[in-house]
Amino acid sequence: MDIKDIQNNLEERFGAVVGPVEGAGNGNCDAWIEVDADRIADVAAFLKSGPGLEFDCLSNLTGVDYPDKSYIQIVYNLMSYGLRHELTVKANADRERPVCKSVVRVWPAADWLEREVYDLLGVDFTGHGDLRRILLPDDWVGHPLRKDYVEAPEYHGISTVRESMLDIPGRS
Amino acid sequence: MSLINTVPEMVLTTKIDALLNWTRKSSLWYMLFGLACCAIEMMQTGGPRSDLDRFGMAPRATPRVSDLMIVAGTLTLKMALRTKVLYEQMPDPKYVLSMGSCSNCGGLFQLGYSVCDGVDKVLPVDVYVPGCPPRPEALTEGLMLLQEKMMQEKWLVRSEPSATA
Repeated sequence: MDIKDIQNNLEERFGAVVGPVEGAGNGNCDAWIEVDADRIADVAAFLKSGPGLEFDCLSNLTGVDYPDKSYIQIVYNLMSYGLRHELTVKANADRERPVCKSVVRVWPAADWLEREVYDLLGVDFTGHGDLRRILLPDDWVGHPLRKDYVEAPEYHGISTVRESMLDIPGRS
Repeated sequence: MSLINTVPEMVLTTKIDALLNWTRKSSLWYMLFGLACCAIEMMQTGGPRSDLDRFGMAPRATPRVSDLMIVAGTLTLKMALRTKVLYEQMPDPKYVLSMGSCSNCGGLFQLGYSVCDGVDKVLPVDVYVPGCPPRPEALTEGLMLLQEKMMQEKWLVRSEPSATA
């Protein structure tokens, strides 16, 4: 199914929750559909089981921080094994208090991926059930993939700065 | 008694040291500690072509019977804390060989938020082997340097601990 047909299909069912197709003419990226972050779970359930959609594979889930637009964008890359089509869905969560519905119930593969997005960007996935850090230690402070993240000078007494033996300007 | 009195004390001490050091350097058991791509080169070094067995070296899976820790690869801050625990579990005398740029100084990932900039921030390092990753020849040379260092140690004379030990 074409992305325009998918968007029509979704808009018919969910109305204003689903945005228009974006980035279609751009040769550098796939076209995508934006969905409200607090309704993404419902849309995801429909995408997985809806007739003609059948997106049974969540091939990737990631997040991007946009400080100038003051939101964190969560990106879902979907694929259907049976119907051989792909789709990119995006949801925007407010940067000050990023909250997004979890899609773990729809695609179990989202479990670790949402934990990673929480770990590195601090997005709170409601309904996840086991949302804790996956890569960084549990006592880590901050979310490093935020654009305004400042590296701590030390971690458990280990300095995170190494004096350069070469005197390169701008390098510590 | 007369014989002992005629032989200077230092000669006797040095000989026993040499014997102890020779036995010790000829049975360096190293702990398996592959953290990144350097581990592949470390496995090659332990393999039949460069063959660490000829030095009496054998890989160990536990720190409690190891003499040497070869830190092979990128040390993250999360792993650095565990590395320290593993080092403390090793019985004395113990040695640390830092293998590759990452464990020497953080290497390619030095400016990364999660990477410990060098294993010497947490452990005393005896030998640094440069390279990204070092070839088996380089690691073997590093180990031979460590053996040279071990041959110079004095066990019967109590001395102040050096800066690196």
